[in-house]
Amino acid sequence: MAVDHISFKVKKGELFGFLGPNGAGKTTTIRMLTGVIKPDEGAASIFGYDILKEGLKTRQLTGIVPEMANAYVDLSAWNNLMLIGELYGVPKKQRQEIASRFLKEFGLYQRRRHLVKGFSRGMKQKLLLCMALINEPQILFLDEPTSGLDVESQRLIKDMIREFNKNGTTVFLTTHNMEEANQLCDRIAIINHGKIAAIDSPERLRSRSSGLQSIEVSFDKAISVEDLSKIHGVKEAKKTGDKIRLYVDESNVVLAKLVDFARSERLKIISLNTLAPTLEDVFLKLVKES
Amino acid sequence: MENNLYWEQFKRSFAIVKKNIRIYYSKGPVIIFGLLVPFFLFLSFYIGRDMPAEAFIPGLLGMTAFFTATSVGPAIVPWEARAKTLERLISSPISIWTIFLGDVLSSFLFGALVSVFPIIVGLFIGVRIADPLILGLGLVLATFCFACFSILLSAYPPTDSPASVMMLSSMIKFPLVFISGIFIPIEELPVWGKTISSISPLTYFTDLARYSIQGNSHYPIELDLLILAAFAIIFLVTAIKIHERTMQKRL
Repeated sequence: MAVDHISFKVKKGELFGFLGPNGAGKTTTIRMLTGVIKPDEGAASIFGYDILKEGLKTRQLTGIVPEMANAYVDLSAWNNLMLIGELYGVPKKQRQEIASRFLKEFGLYQRRRHLVKGFSRGMKQKLLLCMALINEPQILFLDEPTSGLDVESQRLIKDMIREFNKNGTTVFLTTHNMEEANQLCDRIAIINHGKIAAIDSPERLRSRSSGLQSIEVSFDKAISVEDLSKIHGVKEAKKTGDKIRLYVDESNVVLAKLVDFARSERLKIISLNTLAPTLEDVFLKLVKES
Repeated sequence: MENNLYWEQFKRSFAIVKKNIRIYYSKGPVIIFGLLVPFFLFLSFYIGRDMPAEAFIPGLLGMTAFFTATSVGPAIVPWEARAKTLERLISSPISIWTIFLGDVLSSFLFGALVSVFPIIVGLFIGVRIADPLILGLGLVLATFCFACFSILLSAYPPTDSPASVMMLSSMIKFPLVFISGIFIPIEELPVWGKTISSISPLTYFTDLARYSIQGNSHYPIELDLLILAAFAIIFLVTAIKIHERTMQKRL
């Protein structure tokens, strides 16, 4: 089963991330929400319209960038945009105006008459985003939109996603890139094996992850890792180069005890850093637990 | 509101038509293939037989209409399933009916347009068309019927391999040509031959074409027209129902 009884809500105007490892069920979820595949059971609605009973209405409000590049390679960029515009019922003049605008914004205008088969992966991805925007959607489904792209294209697409979201478009983004989710999303759902492990804002996900906060310390003399792991509140101690990393529940409590420990052992603290968990730490922990 | 929805979907099916013409039908080899296959197939039977032009033009016209209207249609869905463009269409605000109506209309337009060539050839070599109205009506109805047949050919099995579909469709199309009164007029067939030929829609168009050019037909022309229309509806509805059921397996 690709997706198993998941339940979540995305607020209007939100930039919502769907984060998970490969095969977690991200693409299946997006394909169900966009009407490509039918769920075996359950219900979902977009802007109050049932995706099964009122599929035409929900699809009319959405724009989609699928995971697999699927513009028509035997059509020009312009004709691809005109086709999708017509399928969404966008009047001719309006779709020409929108197509020109987005092709210019994505730097594809000069290549608009060229067949897509000659486009690079980055250009195809930008075109897919233009195609997704031709109907000025209220909600944008983006399935791994920056996957496999160079840094410059990634940055352009991320900036554009932020811009659309700022202008009121709800964005549903799937990614396995933690940093991307962290940079872009208001909230993130972490999915693994078809089930949602957690939904929250990136910061809250980090802060609620007990045991993932850590303190990195180095002393003027060598010290045994075992001695440090005996300090109350330390869950685990690991040697990392010339430093020791202590995994703790509450760093402020352990910090005081660590200073006491150094004093009693006549050690001089060379460096001391408290480290918040990265989203990657949280992700790995939740995925492991689920 | 409902009427508006149907009209809007009908309009959107023309976007599919334009796409199909640009990608599939406007290619030189497709047009040449559509003309050459029926022409050479027919010549291989015609050469050496003493037939007046009035007797072979209806057969050539029937084969051209049949082969051109069914030439590309069966390959579109498996081709697009493989290219992942079918998924793009399915996620657009159009119904499966809209997609297949677009495929049918593009096959119909291609078939009707190319079928004008045998008529021009006939006129050029002195063939007189006795009833142009019936010929025109029959051609429109028949190419639409064959276009509907073309999407039925790709309905099952739900594969994404165009080569498999084309092979299967050739296995069905070629035998139909031989039982449809193209090479041997229906009146000259034995009873069992007449019975078999009655299950082919091409039989009724060939009969109409013979009536329009030679002035005689095996069946009443009203019956020919009625049966072609019935075949078109049955093919269209059956094909779309099967495609609706099997679409998930293609995606």
